[in-house]
Amino acid sequence: MARIGVVVFPGSNCEYDAANAVSDLGATPEFVWHTQASFEGFDGIILPGGFAHGDYLRPGALARFSPVMGAVQAFAAAGGAVLGICNGFQVLTEAGLLPGALQKNRGLTFLCQPSTLVVTSARSVLTRNAAVGQHLSVPINHFSGSYNCDDATYDALVANDQIVLRYLDNPNGSRDNIAGVSNEAGNVVGLMPHPERAMSTLLGSADGRVLLGSFVGLAATATL
Amino acid sequence: MNYSVIVDVTLRAGIADPEGATIERALPALGFTGISNVRAGKSFRLDVEAPSAEEALAQATAIAQRLLSNPVMEDSVARLAGE
Repeated sequence: MARIGVVVFPGSNCEYDAANAVSDLGATPEFVWHTQASFEGFDGIILPGGFAHGDYLRPGALARFSPVMGAVQAFAAAGGAVLGICNGFQVLTEAGLLPGALQKNRGLTFLCQPSTLVVTSARSVLTRNAAVGQHLSVPINHFSGSYNCDDATYDALVANDQIVLRYLDNPNGSRDNIAGVSNEAGNVVGLMPHPERAMSTLLGSADGRVLLGSFVGLAATATL
Repeated sequence: MNYSVIVDVTLRAGIADPEGATIERALPALGFTGISNVRAGKSFRLDVEAPSAEEALAQATAIAQRLLSNPVMEDSVARLAGE
């Protein structure tokens, strides 16, 4: 059974949702406090949503210096599956594990609403079980979710098939409707929408299962 | 010596600045006309213990690039306070 580390920073607030989703998919979640410096024996890592270190300075700016991030870096470099959701995505970009940056939403509005995502690459650990072009209903809940990068980075994202998910209707001003990106190898993925909040049709959508099912399943077969 | 250093962090040219744009749109309602190019940013003040002003500025610049700004979308400038 896959053992998935769910990193908890001071100010994280989606760690229980993430852990419940992981359990629901048949894997074993384990909370990892941000001072832990090793992921030995883990099959995958999730950086959940919230406001790590109060989002002071910029979202993710202080979290990237938490001791755990050295271990995340090493785990990712060894090919391990790493997923950043919302604030976790912001942390991964600040840490340089994913390209680009998340900026305040266009219109300066906090957005908490359903969004329709289009799968644009099935190469990443998050979308391996999805089909390119598939639509998924997954909620967003953020203030700084407008994805931004320079032209050279954008060209590289396109050339390497690193744009994983796009919004059908751009809610926040993200460049080219980008909702999620991966690193070049596809083992590190970040997205602003919350798949862990789309686990049951009873609560609006179960489309998050496609994404987290890919992640948990691939983590299970990883050979770390 | 102890040097007081100001670090200004602003969004890089070409990066959308919704905060600056919102401020700019509010100005005509207050009677300020002819104002354009409003950009929002952050300012930090640090006291740096260093042997020289150059050394203090070099330290502040390193801090600005490593922590206070995100070079993907922001520029930073360190200057001595009062200059």
